[in-house]
Amino acid sequence: MFEVTTSLIEWFADPINWQGPNGIPTRVLEHIYYSVLAIVLAVAIAQPVGILIGHTGRGGALAINLTNAARAVPTFGVILLTFLVAGIGLAPVLVALVVLAIPSMVTNTYAGFRAVDRDVRDSAVGMGMTGWQVIRRVEIPVAMPLIMAGVRISAVQIVATATFAAVVSLGGLGRYIIDGLAQQDLPEVLAGAILVAALSLLTELGLSRLQRVVVSSGLQEESEEASMETRLEGTTG
Amino acid sequence: MIFDWAWVADNLGDIWAALAEHIVLTVIPIGLGFLMAFPMALASIRWPGLYSPLLGVAGILFSIPTLALFVVMIPFTGLSKATAIVPLTLYTLLILLRNTVEGLKGVPVHVREAAEAMGYTRTRQLFRIELPLAVPVIVAGLRIATVNTIAYVAITALIGQGGLGNLFMDGFLRQFPTPLIVGLVLSVTLAVTADLGLLGVQRVLTPWQRDPG
Amino acid sequence: MIIFESVTKRFADGTVAADDLSFEVPDGELVVLVGPSGCGKTTALRMVNRMIEPTDGRINVNGQDAASVPAPTLRRDIGYVIQQVGLFPHLTIADNVATVPSLIGWDKERTNERVEELIDTVGLSQEVAGRYPRQLSGGQQQRVGVARALAADPPIMLMDEPFGAVDPIVRALLQDEFLRLQRELKKTIIFVTHDIDEAMKMGDRIAILNVGGVLEQYATPTDLLAEPANDFVVDFLGAERNLKRLALIPVSAVEPEPGPLVSADDPASRAREAAREAGTDWALVSDADKRVEGWVSIDSLDEQETVGNGEIQPFGHFVTHDESLRAALDVMVESPLNVAVGVDEDGRYEGVVTHNTLTGELD
Repeated sequence: MFEVTTSLIEWFADPINWQGPNGIPTRVLEHIYYSVLAIVLAVAIAQPVGILIGHTGRGGALAINLTNAARAVPTFGVILLTFLVAGIGLAPVLVALVVLAIPSMVTNTYAGFRAVDRDVRDSAVGMGMTGWQVIRRVEIPVAMPLIMAGVRISAVQIVATATFAAVVSLGGLGRYIIDGLAQQDLPEVLAGAILVAALSLLTELGLSRLQRVVVSSGLQEESEEASMETRLEGTTG
Repeated sequence: MIFDWAWVADNLGDIWAALAEHIVLTVIPIGLGFLMAFPMALASIRWPGLYSPLLGVAGILFSIPTLALFVVMIPFTGLSKATAIVPLTLYTLLILLRNTVEGLKGVPVHVREAAEAMGYTRTRQLFRIELPLAVPVIVAGLRIATVNTIAYVAITALIGQGGLGNLFMDGFLRQFPTPLIVGLVLSVTLAVTADLGLLGVQRVLTPWQRDPG
Repeated sequence: MIIFESVTKRFADGTVAADDLSFEVPDGELVVLVGPSGCGKTTALRMVNRMIEPTDGRINVNGQDAASVPAPTLRRDIGYVIQQVGLFPHLTIADNVATVPSLIGWDKERTNERVEELIDTVGLSQEVAGRYPRQLSGGQQQRVGVARALAADPPIMLMDEPFGAVDPIVRALLQDEFLRLQRELKKTIIFVTHDIDEAMKMGDRIAILNVGGVLEQYATPTDLLAEPANDFVVDFLGAERNLKRLALIPVSAVEPEPGPLVSADDPASRAREAAREAGTDWALVSDADKRVEGWVSIDSLDEQETVGNGEIQPFGHFVTHDESLRAALDVMVESPLNVAVGVDEDGRYEGVVTHNTLTGELD
């Protein structure tokens, strides 16, 4: 145990591990790059869908069932399969990451919209807001705790799953784990694990912060509860 | 992408072994997880101050990417089954703890008060009134945890275990889709079966919720 | 003015919520729609701002067919208050109140002034402006709801059990304050409630609806009580109808009887004469300022010289001229003389209200 710790510290102390294509900065940036790309794409696709079914109230059951079904599919296997089908490249991995993150985001946004008090919606319409104004001025802000929770879950999930990009010969922090396992280089493996865990936690914390900023203070109490609820709907890995 | 049925026929033994290992690697963590989460839940209800910190720790564990957590175990447990089982168990804690607590808390106050007024002791009340009523929420937690675990088990192929994950890796490394597809299909089937099976158990345990007649 | 022209609403499952409703809400009046559950009062209200569309018939709002303008445009000119208020939880009170002005496009300065003014008008302190709905009490939220509806100064208001979600004490307060407001603003209002007493208190006119959306009677509270159209209305008006009628008539509206009034210095013979004229066996005793000190029975003056030597007994209560005849009856019942002594706000004698006075008004 003690040996492992010392070799780990040595690994981090070794300047070689901070430079070049296999250096920590590079790998971290790659990992962030894959993740951000996937998150942005997932949001761009999932949020409009979630808003649509949330506002109209239709299609929710389908969305929920799809999300539950998605949970049963092992991400790991899907990534391997996409690779086999589409070959090396970022695109197949991205597709896998995005597709696996979408159901959870859609469901959370839908749930957020459904949770808007019907009296609040009623008075918004009664005061003369058009459908689009109701969405923009009332439903989205009020649903924000759950929308943000969905984005947070999916983001953390994507950061975690991006680790597998290394299995299909891409970069990212998973590289340390996979290569380390192959070469039986324990310090490298552990270093990779620690870095990935740290990045994952940072993403979680960063987005929690963001949530606190973006969500109106009039809603803050519900925000905390909503976060816990939806945390469990997501899967990591 | 051609699916090679012949391969399936030839390798039934390996397929079955992978499935069996997968089931073992699911059942043990869920079982252990529940055994740990249940007393934690009871403690959280008895001493509410405990709930937040317990939930917080379980939550942090849950946020750590699976592969990372497995790998971190290696210095302690090498590449044995324990390396897989410990993290898999820890992942179930958040969901099982939360759902057990919420399930018990969700029993309506007036029901608990009626029981108390009728002279039930705390223990009897727990086992005869509160637990049965909490079953749906607890089982919901078990279902989510089980389905999640089944997905995570595949990842353990990278650290020497694997279950159906071994089929994934086999197919991947040999650039041969068939084992991969078999593994995926079996994995999803296993998850759906477990989910519905647990739902069935829930129905058996809660006869009062069934439709009359 | 709001005009219902043969408005009918039939839902898909066959329920009729409005059955050929026709009535007019005159400008500046508060009309109450009241009736039991299922009478369609809320449906009728919501057809005015097209939250529900009529199956047949037309609703005319301020000279236009409501269906001829886009619904959001129509609604921005109508204040809408519902029972649960529906304040936007993510906005401050000030932003909540500013909603319609912001939708219409008022500039910031004008909106801010208006918000400040309205917060005052509904009886809240300015520090509430920066708070969020969850931080306010039920009564405060109701007031904000009213302020929000008044923000763009709409000529028409629709109110659906607006004071229903608070306790009776707060409710009475809110009702009184709203009536005061309405006296100033003179909005055209349709007000829905299931409580006949609230209807009587708030309404200039009342429409009594029956299950199935049938209009049973449309009249002023007084006319309703005096001449109920049928048994349903009688039942709905509830017990003690005459007392309710009396509650609507102020003492100042009737001619009090002069009554036998003497002063303490007057000789006993004067008292005997006054009593004989009035047909009573007692007389009222007042001081130089016409304030009533009490009463004497004529018998007790038998051996006495002046009124002041007799046994002057005090009154428990008086009734002032702005109280109702029902209050007068309450005072009357307490008095062994079976009359209520009417005074002005300074306590000076104005007359007596007798049983005959009351019966006369009820005819």
